[in-house]
Amino acid sequence: MLELFGFPGGIKPDSHKEESAGTPIRQAPLPPLLVVPFRQSATGGVDIRVKAGERVLKGQCIGSAEGPFGTCVHAPTSGTVIAIEARTLPHPSALAAPCAIIEADGADAWRERVPLDAYSADPETVRSRIREAGIVGLGGAVFPSHVKMNARIDTLVINGAECEPWITCDDRLMRERAPMIVAGAAIIRHLMGAKRVLFGIEDNKPDAAAAMRTALQTAGHPEMQVVTVPTRYPAGGEKQLIHVLTGIEIPYGKLGPDFGVQCFNVGTAHAVARAVLHDEPLISRIVTLAGNYAWPGNVETLIGTPIDALLALGEPKPDTDRIVMGGPMMGFVLPDTSLPVVKATNCLLAMSPTLFPPPPPEMPCIRCGACTRACPMLLQPHELYWYARSKNFGKTQEYHLFDCIECGCCAYVCPAHIPLVDYYRFAKSEIRAREREKAAADRARERYEFRKYREEREKAEKAARLAAKAAETKAKLAQEGAAAVIAAAQSRAHPEGKDEA
Amino acid sequence: MAYAPHIAQPVSVRIVMLKVLAALIPGIVAYVWFFGPAILVQILLASLTALTAEALMLKLRGKPVLLFVTDGSALVTAWLVALTFPPIVPWWLTVTGVLIAIVVTKHLYGGLGQNPFNPAMVAFCAMIVAYPQLMSQWPRAEMNTFEPMLRAIFASDRQLDAIVMATPLDALRTILRDPEQRATIAGILGSHATFGNIGGRGWEWVAAGYLIGGLWLLQQRIITWHVPVAFAVTLALVATAFNIANPDRFVGANFHLFTGGAMLGAFFIATDPVSGSTTPLGKIIFAAGAALLTWIIRSFGAYPDGMAFAIVLMNLFVPLIDMLTQPKVFGHRRKSDR
Ligand code: SF4
Ligand code: SF4
Repeated sequence: MLELFGFPGGIKPDSHKEESAGTPIRQAPLPPLLVVPFRQSATGGVDIRVKAGERVLKGQCIGSAEGPFGTCVHAPTSGTVIAIEARTLPHPSALAAPCAIIEADGADAWRERVPLDAYSADPETVRSRIREAGIVGLGGAVFPSHVKMNARIDTLVINGAECEPWITCDDRLMRERAPMIVAGAAIIRHLMGAKRVLFGIEDNKPDAAAAMRTALQTAGHPEMQVVTVPTRYPAGGEKQLIHVLTGIEIPYGKLGPDFGVQCFNVGTAHAVARAVLHDEPLISRIVTLAGNYAWPGNVETLIGTPIDALLALGEPKPDTDRIVMGGPMMGFVLPDTSLPVVKATNCLLAMSPTLFPPPPPEMPCIRCGACTRACPMLLQPHELYWYARSKNFGKTQEYHLFDCIECGCCAYVCPAHIPLVDYYRFAKSEIRAREREKAAADRARERYEFRKYREEREKAEKAARLAAKAAETKAKLAQEGAAAVIAAAQSRAHPEGKDEA
Repeated sequence: MAYAPHIAQPVSVRIVMLKVLAALIPGIVAYVWFFGPAILVQILLASLTALTAEALMLKLRGKPVLLFVTDGSALVTAWLVALTFPPIVPWWLTVTGVLIAIVVTKHLYGGLGQNPFNPAMVAFCAMIVAYPQLMSQWPRAEMNTFEPMLRAIFASDRQLDAIVMATPLDALRTILRDPEQRATIAGILGSHATFGNIGGRGWEWVAAGYLIGGLWLLQQRIITWHVPVAFAVTLALVATAFNIANPDRFVGANFHLFTGGAMLGAFFIATDPVSGSTTPLGKIIFAAGAALLTWIIRSFGAYPDGMAFAIVLMNLFVPLIDMLTQPKVFGHRRKSDR
């Protein structure tokens, strides 16, 4: 038995998993029109490779990775790119970014696919396959996976904890497609040289754990192990899960490999297997429809499908007043349900005033310490709140604002109903904005100073040149004078004499 | 809710405060049992004053009156004032005490959550300094005749000789300091009528009532163990050490723990989150400091029970204590080196 470590704080909200976990994954119908954002990962950019009017095949790369942090973007089905234009993305900041609008032809015809043998191929080839398949962390952070595979580690953690209430897409995926997850984990393990692989699954998902165990037995992986961890939010947080399984605490600013460990979501492992073994890029994902629906459940959906089309499958009840993308702890209210499904869309939570009553009025902080006891990062949320509120940003940083993972545990338990996380987001964005401003000012100052330096240098050079020239001229004149004398003397001797200067 | 998290635990400031009030009930029951219902009159008086003052102050400060008046925090302050004052003080003393607590200590410092000092304890300190005589008349245990007490509270008829007696702490202090009496602790505890088995007749039961309520608060996670344990352990340790060194001059741990405001202080006053320390280590330092000061004032000071002064003094140090006792953040703890 593996020794478990537990993590500090945490909360136990009602899990509400049964409602959507009971039915098998459904396949969403092919929508007539897809909107595929070119920006699909947390970092990096893409080169757009298609033009309006161009025909594309399913799985065809329409945007290739730019820079080491970029990931590729693919056509989710075959059809015609009818436009490339900026559209609002389902993101808390409601950014607009270029998207390919693809009219599906209904044939769903694949481009040519070339399976890869992950074990005989050169690791670099496998990694670039993963990069070209557009694989990003499917737990919601959408960080490019190939970047995370760029290290040698000891322990590979596969995250099946799925601790947010209501969300069950990973649960269903593990129950139904355990062998592919195992295959993906094996590929990652091979790439990173991990000695052991730990699948962390919360103990409220016994069927998923059983399916994973069976898959491990069938595939015969003695170095892999399913570990059930106690159900407590945020057990699925990367740092928390790593701590529970290995006892390692990864501080802010450090990465797993610094401590010999790396963590991938089960959905990501599944996507890796599909990309390497079947050459299927990441063009679909499982989305949980939970909350106020007539038909909650999980749906396999093409990236780019309008959210409205998915909602129709679940049939939100009439009193639904908003849709949250993500879970109730960390998700955000969608400004508009016509936006497309992206790689980060793990859950579309339908909310109603009865299911999710509005919070009671905010009261002053009574320093009760409930938030401190709940904080998994061992921060002091009430102090952070105090300093964020009074815009004392230096102090917020002293109190480790940037260690906050925005899990929301503190706000969940606060008897004063203070929206604590909002204050932290506000403080973080202010600090970042100021740093950007400062960096811009620094750059401007540097530019100015460089220009001044250059001007001075040029002036000095000019002066030096002038001086040199003057000296030269003088010398030349002197020389010429001498030469003239010589020439005169020579011409006297040889009438056709040349100037040899 | 527009922003995450979209769910919240069904707790509120009101629930927290109501639980604190509920936890005081066992102590109050014992109080009534041994000292008569006068305390209930004082609690009522204090509550009405507190709610009125709170409402007026909120109105003046332009805050939502109903929301805050019903949060229960004013009642907690009122009850603590009533429970730490002698039950037979005249009504205007209770009213003044509560006004000092609510108007001055709470609202002039910014209202709920902003007061650096414990309101009830400031009230106690102010009143004992201003009216030392009235603040040290305590009723005789098992003399729970209601009528003379009522007269003491409402008529200024204070012929109290029949019902008043020194509290154990007071008696101990006066007798020990009277050179004529050449008394020793053992002699006093053995012979004086004020003293029961542990701390003093009746009072140890009231203290036991607070203990029960306090343990329930612990179980409800309204308070953490740090403050009561640090308070009780420190008080017990110092008392025991000095008692062993000089048993004639210093009384032992049981006595200190079960007399005066010790139990109330350990579970209900030093645990006040608003004016106390909030880090785990800070809570321990805060409570241990308060206990130490309590013992010092009780043993050497001019007032029989030093708890109120001790708490207010420690309130002064809270910002410093909190600053110096920041716990190690996840990932910054030494374990990460493993
Ligand atoms: S839980 Fe809320 S009221 Fe309690 S200390 Fe934290 S922020 Fe203040
Ligand atoms: S949101 Fe931040 S401060 Fe609040 S509990 Fe989570 S990590 Fe701690």
